[in-house]
Amino acid sequence: MSGFVELAKILDWSPLWISLKTGVVATIISFFLGLWAARKVIKKDYRAKSILDGILTLPMVLPPTVAGFFLLLIFSRRRTFGIFLNDTFNIQVVHTWLGCILAATVIAFPLMYRNARAAFEQIDANLVYAGRTLGMSEISIFWRIVVPTAGPGIASGTILTFSRAMGEYGATSMLAGNIPGKTGTVSQRIAMVIQDGDYVTAGFWVVIVLVIAFVMIFLINMITGKHMKNIRKW
Amino acid sequence: MKRLYADIHKTIEGFDLNVKIESDAARIGILGESGSGKSMTLRSIAGIETVDSGHIEVDGRVLFDSASKTDLKPQKRKVGYMFQNYALFPAMTVLKNVMAGMGRQTDENRAKAADMLRRLRMDGFEDKFPGELSGGQQQRVALARIMVTEPDLILLDEPFSALDSYLRDRMQVEMLEMLEDYTGQVVMVSHSRDELYRFSEELFIVSRGSIIRHGEAKAVFRDPESTIAARLTGCKNFSEAVQTDKHTIEAIDWGVTLKFRKKVLHPVHCIGYRAHRFDPVWGDKQENCIKCDVVRVDDLPFEKNYYIRTLREDEPLCWFVQGEEQRIINERGLPDYLKFAEDDILLLE
Repeated sequence: MSGFVELAKILDWSPLWISLKTGVVATIISFFLGLWAARKVIKKDYRAKSILDGILTLPMVLPPTVAGFFLLLIFSRRRTFGIFLNDTFNIQVVHTWLGCILAATVIAFPLMYRNARAAFEQIDANLVYAGRTLGMSEISIFWRIVVPTAGPGIASGTILTFSRAMGEYGATSMLAGNIPGKTGTVSQRIAMVIQDGDYVTAGFWVVIVLVIAFVMIFLINMITGKHMKNIRKW
Repeated sequence: MKRLYADIHKTIEGFDLNVKIESDAARIGILGESGSGKSMTLRSIAGIETVDSGHIEVDGRVLFDSASKTDLKPQKRKVGYMFQNYALFPAMTVLKNVMAGMGRQTDENRAKAADMLRRLRMDGFEDKFPGELSGGQQQRVALARIMVTEPDLILLDEPFSALDSYLRDRMQVEMLEMLEDYTGQVVMVSHSRDELYRFSEELFIVSRGSIIRHGEAKAVFRDPESTIAARLTGCKNFSEAVQTDKHTIEAIDWGVTLKFRKKVLHPVHCIGYRAHRFDPVWGDKQENCIKCDVVRVDDLPFEKNYYIRTLREDEPLCWFVQGEEQRIINERGLPDYLKFAEDDILLLE
């Protein structure tokens, strides 16, 4: 135990902050994009729905390295779009923190989208109609009726998205690399120190990840649980 | 003068809806079986359902007109709609539900919403969630939520069908009381003749997507004109009929010749008779009588249902007896004959 305390003092904590920042930002982006996409998709007819759903879910089903390959293909500074971003907006994706966020978002987004969609589809259409006949705007109906009613599904989507985004490894390592203090996330640090045979440091990081993951899930469950009084137990 | 005009044409999955409702009554009823198109009519008026063609107007305000391509959004129609399941927003408190249609969450609106809840005797429930309320309480909140937006028209879609039967009777009376202050028209759709008889001034009967009878509610019950309408208003006994002269109709299925003092003017193909309206006759056979040959008796809590043999084996006459009449039968035994009272015979097309 005292070894762990010693280790904590001399440890480079940057991977923790990078992972947390990446997780939070990717979750926020996925949250809004996921809700938006879910709302669009459920309004489509059966065919369009199947196709769109397939495309939006693909990053979750593919090996992350395949997603990383495509991301590199798009954002590499030696390719058209990458050059365009760099020259016009001075934006670099490869080997930057932005790359971390992008990789994590692409991989984690389907979890948000799918959970939101499933939750939206469970909603009684009469709730939306009631909102309309009461004169509520469509935006107001969405944010004040649909999202809160779909609360549990959206909350679980958010938890899963955050967990997935924070732990992303495959696509991140390809797109953003493992630059200490810049793109070196916890997952990448664990893999690195294990390659060096340093199981103590690896174990230390594993414990931290476990604690964070558990606390996050517990917190979100507590927050959403409060507003779920109306949902009856069965 | 309030006036609702709705001429609605719509085809969906092989079902044709062609209804025309025109009424200046304060309380309008629409009676029909499930799948007859009555709910679809209501949803069309509210703008929840799209309409192929027609014209919908409330108090001179055009909500829909296919000729001029007018089609107001439900938000702009000022039509309150009460859903069968009340559709209260589950994640909002009672007060927030009532305020949902009021726009800004100002103190003034909050006071107005609370006042409406008080008028519908739901004060004290402001901070509860819909899931914590009984069916009757949910209904009152749903009504408060509608009334507070001061709509030009209120539509009630089977408002009592989700309630327990003992609550249903009470809520029917309460609904009328709660709507007392409301000056606009109210349309109620139901498959229950009792609910609509109590509620409606003017009644429309819908069958297979069209209006088959309309008029003052009591008059429609007295003279439904068609077999379908008679059945929907609760008539149990029907017989094919042949008119032999101006004062005589032969009830084929019952084997009874019915004499009328008044002239029968319209062509009659069928006659109906309500199960509660028979007069028991002891002793000699009188005019317009059928032999009281009971084939089955059903004992219900407050009435007895007797089934009387006719010429049709599969269709006995229903005779429903209550209270005082049953007491007499208990004393004197079953009558020898049942008499059809001339005024109660329904002459149907």
